[in-house]
Amino acid sequence: MKQQRKPKLAVWKFASCDGCQLSLLDCEDELLAVAGEVEIANFPEASRAVARGPYDISLVEGSITTPHDAERIHQVRRASKVLITIGACATAGGIQALRNFKDVREFASIVYANPATIEALAKSTPIADHVFVDFQLRGCPINKYQLLEVLSAYLHGRKPNIPNMSVCVECKQRGIVCGLVTHGPPCLGPVTHAGCGALCPSYHRGCFGCYGPKEAANTGSLSAWWAGKGMTERELLWNYRNFNAYAEAFRKESEAHEE
Amino acid sequence: METIRDVDPMIPKPFRVQQVRQETPDTFTLELVSANGGGDFRFAPGQFNMLYVFGVGEIPISISGNPDARRSLVHTTRAVGTVTKAMRKLRRGGMLGVRGPYGTQWPVEEAEGNDVVFVAGGIGLAPLRPAMYRVLSHREKYGKVVLLYGTRSPSDILYRKELEHWRARFDLEVFVTVDRAQRPWRGNVGVVTNLIPKAPFDPSSVVAMVCGPEVMMRFTVLELEKRGVQHSNIYLSMERNMKCGIGQCGHCQFGPEFVCKDGPVFPYTRIGHLLPKWEI
Amino acid sequence: MERIEYSAIETLLQVLKRRDYVTLAPILREGAIIYDEVENASQLPRAFVDVQAAGSYRVERREDNAYFGHHVGPTTWKKFLFPPLFELFRVIRTASGFRIEGDANSENHDTVPQHKYAFIGVRPCDVQALALNDKVFQNGPYVDRAYKVRRESMFVVAVNCTEAGGTCFCDSMGTGPKANGGYDLCLTELTGDDEGFFLLEVGSERGADVAKELPSRPADPSERERAVEAIQRARTSMGRTLQTDRLREMLADNLDHPEWDNVARRCLTCANCTMVCPTCFCSTVEDVTDLTGATARRVRTWDSCFTLEFSYIHGGSIRSTPKSRYRQWMTHKLSRWVDQFGEYGCVGCGRCITWCPVGIDLTEVARAIRERQHSSITLQEEV
Repeated sequence: MKQQRKPKLAVWKFASCDGCQLSLLDCEDELLAVAGEVEIANFPEASRAVARGPYDISLVEGSITTPHDAERIHQVRRASKVLITIGACATAGGIQALRNFKDVREFASIVYANPATIEALAKSTPIADHVFVDFQLRGCPINKYQLLEVLSAYLHGRKPNIPNMSVCVECKQRGIVCGLVTHGPPCLGPVTHAGCGALCPSYHRGCFGCYGPKEAANTGSLSAWWAGKGMTERELLWNYRNFNAYAEAFRKESEAHEE
Repeated sequence: METIRDVDPMIPKPFRVQQVRQETPDTFTLELVSANGGGDFRFAPGQFNMLYVFGVGEIPISISGNPDARRSLVHTTRAVGTVTKAMRKLRRGGMLGVRGPYGTQWPVEEAEGNDVVFVAGGIGLAPLRPAMYRVLSHREKYGKVVLLYGTRSPSDILYRKELEHWRARFDLEVFVTVDRAQRPWRGNVGVVTNLIPKAPFDPSSVVAMVCGPEVMMRFTVLELEKRGVQHSNIYLSMERNMKCGIGQCGHCQFGPEFVCKDGPVFPYTRIGHLLPKWEI
Repeated sequence: MERIEYSAIETLLQVLKRRDYVTLAPILREGAIIYDEVENASQLPRAFVDVQAAGSYRVERREDNAYFGHHVGPTTWKKFLFPPLFELFRVIRTASGFRIEGDANSENHDTVPQHKYAFIGVRPCDVQALALNDKVFQNGPYVDRAYKVRRESMFVVAVNCTEAGGTCFCDSMGTGPKANGGYDLCLTELTGDDEGFFLLEVGSERGADVAKELPSRPADPSERERAVEAIQRARTSMGRTLQTDRLREMLADNLDHPEWDNVARRCLTCANCTMVCPTCFCSTVEDVTDLTGATARRVRTWDSCFTLEFSYIHGGSIRSTPKSRYRQWMTHKLSRWVDQFGEYGCVGCGRCITWCPVGIDLTEVARAIRERQHSSITLQEEV
């Protein structure tokens, strides 16, 4: 049975840098194929035109940081058959969730001349804290091939091939020599969700954890090993305070090293 | 069946859906014929095939048809995962890839001369059905034959017409129970293991073939033990994640066993010590 | 046994290349000695040694000029025979269904290279690992034809070990430090005050045919004696030991041992040990479609028993805890493999110890289980 109507795809922006939406634009050649398969009903980075819902697939970028957004996400959910969150902001609160460890009012009083007009929630939280999410695609930013994979999986009714394993598996499959064991820079690969294709390790950089914690991330064991090698509590803390600082495994681990 | 192993064990053969039968709200039976024509599909009761849905994936599903009806392959499955849900959308003429048959078989021939009890839980009736067909087609070679079948609710009962037909036979005892029921169900309520104490078979000679959820099989074995059934006469069919079906992908390991090639049907004596172990 | 000079290594490479082999050998890259294609002997990591410990690897200069003065690195030879990513087939949607194209295992498929591999510098543990790979991929009732095509045409130059690495325990596993068959040619490198040289053993007709082209002279008794001593030195200086007496039974009988909890607290379930293991063979398949849904591909990738997905069946993962996943891996290597294939699945190369980011050592885990088995545990249970 051939579908008569093209599925409607909408992209929604919450507190974010737009980088994940840009990943979709960055698909270039593949974007034409996407456009051929779906009706793009809402895509702020590409066009201001908004087609009415309901939407077959909604991609949600960004975290919830204001009372207004906390309501708006429910509207998006109601209008969406499938809701997929994309990127570290939407899946873990993003870099702006660093404020969750401090008092946001204090920041506002320093930054803004008239802080009373700032309506910000105390915490930056992931979408899944507010509404049901069908699939979470991690990364800061997301990997465009993974995005295409998720879209084609949902369009064709299969499970996306987005494994929850560590970055190490990708690293080893690519034949990259492990920097952790060869005394390179600290690398969060063993506790980080795969998906980037081991991008940083392929440039002899340690993994920054852009894709958030992997399944069953044993951050405590990695920290204990590093502490044994002379890493300070402060360094340990900042290793986990990154784009995914508020993702549970990283949050707990960094808090364990607060003085 | 043409032995796929001569060609390439990982490449499916194209088959077409000849018939779809909705068994229960979430369970359906597909009858498949070769897309390339021909068809002399030999398999042993208890074996499974790997079924491939275009672009979605491949999963192991036991063969539930009559091993002596070689024109087609019959599979009954529940739509619970992405592959089975995609499979449910197939209609007559739809295409599937098939690899197999793989795995071990129920001890149908070894049981000749003995009583036979089939104990099935839920979808577990499907892998047992080929063995029942075989036993019933050589009925004179067996003593008493009993089917004990439990499902969650009356609407989950598989192969209803066939069960009614079997129940009408004088040479086969069929007992069905459901975990929970409302009227008009007037049959047994409770777990399938409740049926074992009174089931009409001779414990000293019966061969038990058991298929269902692992916990159900463990309790079934306990009840059979209480009746005095020999461990060596109990056979179970196991389920594990499988990606290849041919003992190369490693996923289906259960202790020392590869469920795909050393099983899925195991004598209880071979795996009984592993069943109570946690997360094997 | 013949003696060949250092200069004969270049000859060996060129002889193999003339016979259309792709010459794969140790090479220094990214601070580690890995295996890749080499054109000439100058690319070999001469005068380097890898200093290994649990969770630590460092390449340093050697004082002598040895060609093979190193041990085993982060990569394995299996990657050439059982590639990390391998397309099994493609499927094209048609009006009435689909058509399967590209029998990936057939010899004319582009993913099966037409060229032959020569593995140069295979350590005895890795020679045994190849034999174990064979059992999985080509000695059973079902054959991985891509593997078999590559395996049958390849040439193996083994190198006996005269020094043991920091995490090696091949002597415990009976796989080294001297290769026991499974090669076409085998070298023992001897270094000393003077320029080093090799003793050459031939293991096959194919090997004899290549050996004929190498300038050599029969080894004299003192040279043979030196080789025996050097290998013996390696044997007695192993970085690790693993007691294999009743090992299979011991692990199978101690599935509830408290040590599994201890190791699970440290284990990252990152899968590095399985990725670097020369005998780990688990794989999964991915079904990939393009956006239009016109074509699909089925790709086989390396997989690991350390992931949750690995044991997933409807309702959840069978091995939901890190403890059971570690136990699965270790009991498979050191116990179940014997039931399945008649030998241990571990060759004692030590890679899983070196490349574990937190230095978990399976020989220590096995020792802890052995030391506290039965008596104390049985008591606990009885109380």
